[in-house]
Amino acid sequence: MATTPQIATSLTPVPEIAAHEVQRPQRGWISWLTTTDHKRIGIMYLVASWVFFMVGGVEALIMRLQLAQADNTLVTPQTYNALVTMHGTTMIFLFLIPMIAGFSNYIVPLMIGARDMAFPRLNALSFWLFLAGGAAFYGSLLWSPPECGWTCYAPLSEATYSPTAGVDSWIFLVHLTGISSFVGALNLFVTITNMRAPGMGWGRLPLFCWAILTQSILLLLALPVIAAAVTLLLTDRHFGTHFYDATNGGSPLLWQHLFWFFGHPEVYILVLPAFGVISEILPVFARKPIFGYKAIAAATLGIAFIGSLVWAHHMFTTPSPFILLVFFMLGSFLVAIPTGVKMFNWIFTLWRGSIHFDTPMYFAAGFLGTFLLGGVTGIFLAAFPVDWALHDTYFVVAHFHYTIVGGGVFGMLAALYYWFPKMSGRMLNERMGKTSFWLILVGFWVTFLVQHSAGLSGMPRRIYEYPDIGNLEIYNLISTIGAFILAAGIVLTGFNVFRSLRKGPAAGADPWKGNTLEWFTTSPPPANNFDAVPRVRSVEPMKDIRRQIEGQSRTDELVGAGAGHSSGD
Amino acid sequence: MMAGHHPPPLRDSMRIALRAPVRSSLARAFMALGLLSILILATAPAAFADFIAPDAGSGSPNAEGIRSLYLIIYVLAVIIFVGVGGLLLFTLRRFSAKRHPVAEQIHGNNKLEIGWTLGAALLLVVISIVTFAKLDGIDNPPNSGAEGAPVTEQGSFIADGARRPMPPNGKSLNIQVNGQQYMWRYVYADGDKDLLNNVFAYETMVVPVNTTVTLTIRSNDVQHSWWVPDLGGKFDAVPGYTNYTWFKATKTGTFRGQCAELCGRNHANMVAQVKVVEPAAFEAWYARQKQNIEGANKLAAAGRQALAAQAAQTSAK
Repeated sequence: MATTPQIATSLTPVPEIAAHEVQRPQRGWISWLTTTDHKRIGIMYLVASWVFFMVGGVEALIMRLQLAQADNTLVTPQTYNALVTMHGTTMIFLFLIPMIAGFSNYIVPLMIGARDMAFPRLNALSFWLFLAGGAAFYGSLLWSPPECGWTCYAPLSEATYSPTAGVDSWIFLVHLTGISSFVGALNLFVTITNMRAPGMGWGRLPLFCWAILTQSILLLLALPVIAAAVTLLLTDRHFGTHFYDATNGGSPLLWQHLFWFFGHPEVYILVLPAFGVISEILPVFARKPIFGYKAIAAATLGIAFIGSLVWAHHMFTTPSPFILLVFFMLGSFLVAIPTGVKMFNWIFTLWRGSIHFDTPMYFAAGFLGTFLLGGVTGIFLAAFPVDWALHDTYFVVAHFHYTIVGGGVFGMLAALYYWFPKMSGRMLNERMGKTSFWLILVGFWVTFLVQHSAGLSGMPRRIYEYPDIGNLEIYNLISTIGAFILAAGIVLTGFNVFRSLRKGPAAGADPWKGNTLEWFTTSPPPANNFDAVPRVRSVEPMKDIRRQIEGQSRTDELVGAGAGHSSGD
Repeated sequence: MMAGHHPPPLRDSMRIALRAPVRSSLARAFMALGLLSILILATAPAAFADFIAPDAGSGSPNAEGIRSLYLIIYVLAVIIFVGVGGLLLFTLRRFSAKRHPVAEQIHGNNKLEIGWTLGAALLLVVISIVTFAKLDGIDNPPNSGAEGAPVTEQGSFIADGARRPMPPNGKSLNIQVNGQQYMWRYVYADGDKDLLNNVFAYETMVVPVNTTVTLTIRSNDVQHSWWVPDLGGKFDAVPGYTNYTWFKATKTGTFRGQCAELCGRNHANMVAQVKVVEPAAFEAWYARQKQNIEGANKLAAAGRQALAAQAAQTSAK
């Protein structure tokens, strides 16, 4: 049976806190509304983001149905543009970012051996602001949803061309989820820098935490800029300013620069945590240490640094100086180096390992292969003369779905299958998980591979209909079929989670033979996470602990975290 | 061992019986797919010319330059994708727990890691060099061909501009492309300041073959993006800014395009057509348009006079 509860009893840890009063654990829905427990907040993030995932997915399926045939009339242009806007905005601001926030909330404190986040109440504020952002945005369904795309380029988003309040809902969404993410990033940054277990120096910080730390820095840098940008848009729309209004001396390009100064780091904000998840999962399932820990941590920081300096590669077709195009092309090429380093380090983590193909490993492998193609197509788009042909076409749509879904979403699904046993105390169904994986993988490739060809054939993105010219109709039909296969896979995973919450076999503390401290405590962990935190002696503390137990070694290596034992740190 | 996680022996043996061949055949299928895509590249039939690369049906040097640069990167990309993807699939198969029960505890290899960092950097240097080598032909227009229509420099709308491409002899047919919700308007430069007598057209642009055409791209309202795939890249029409591009079609024909930047509800129907015709046909079309416009202008002037006279009469009564 599980080994860790036995450690906890047999190694007699020193209690850290002498409790003055013990509150009875709260129950019922009020306890969820008032909770400041990072685990409960994490679960609320995950559940809410999954709901938005379903909504965004349905929006995508309606768009795919409309595009399944040339000159289709299933939805009106107005509805289609609203769907484009809501799908993009939902998937980025209301699904992927909060899903990452859910996992980082739940897992980071456990991974570093902390009892909670540094600021538990701010943490709750983060969650409720995110939900308020989602409500403000979807409230626009009651009047008129925005139709300007998730980029809301001015002047299309100005009051002259978008007079309804839809754009305002979008602005409030950006503000509310922005403050939510900003506060959350600050919280995670402070937590990781200050609350690590004894002995966990920077060289022993789990790579998932490195990724979240880096993501937090990116969020702190990028979010104030988009907040400023949408505030200027709001004053343009309602208070008579002309920041983006060219007829009064404003500049539409200002919007693009501000938006992409946030928007490009945003891409790394979405994929770096998935990189971190993969860096955790591969060593566990290959039964082998991560290959080049330092290189991966350094590459994470390198991607974030270079990635913050390449925003204008989204603007290669604008009237911009030549030197700007050259600078942003070369910068974008540079991002490929740390990304390539990671890819090779991951593959060589598997090399000569002993790979156990449980579902998390399936999703991690799917991530590697799918993200690889997203990275490769990025080279085409970084070379600006080629981008002149591909920009704003379905080639770009395919590219960023390969990176954001192939990278971000596959990473988060791997995280779900990996950490669900820790969160619920129950295993997910393996057969259902693997079926779901194959549906998602095949569905994804069928949907998006052919979209490269649609783009090369001249199909721009964000068009509600297209004429029956060349092979466009067959490309789009294939894509639509793939989208429904993909959706079936996602629904199956949702069902698997729902079913396993009640029927899944008990997981025990450490079902995967994990490497990091979250597997040291029970599943699900108690409110205080750990009664005692072991001294961390490597990047894989659980391996050390297992080795120690196997060797029937001394017990004095375990100390209570900050329990007054002078440890010399 | 955890209950529930490890399957019972019966399922275990089924897994060994079923999954291993599936996984290896999958590896082969992926390899075959990679090779197949190279094969398609080599023998792409005309019907699927745009399956793997952008089209350059007009023979315009910028579109052909983009296409050939794309194809060079495509070959490198296929090598990278098949190479790394193949390595990944091989690793997954070769080092599965069944085939390789004991994991080797390797923490890294500095030489190898420096090696692939430099390898990636080198590849990008190569791509950068190729891009810069190809750039001149894509960015800078050549002179019009001898068999093209005669054009003069006086006809330009804009005297200078940071990114304004001009052929070496400074002579091109200059057309102002104006984006507005949801149509394209083309105004042909004619050398004088009076814009009212310029030849203009909506949606369909008529140009002479073998003639360098420079475009001055602007917008009246929101952002649009001028794009006719066969004539090269796309360039945004941004209010308050002027953008430029050029093309020199060497084949006659009609080339389709459409607005590439979301500009509102009817964005999908903001189409453009460029009709490339023989110089003589172009001259004839131009003269006819000019005549029509002058005729219409005269009629309008007469109408205005009549109205003014009527108004004067009414007020006199």
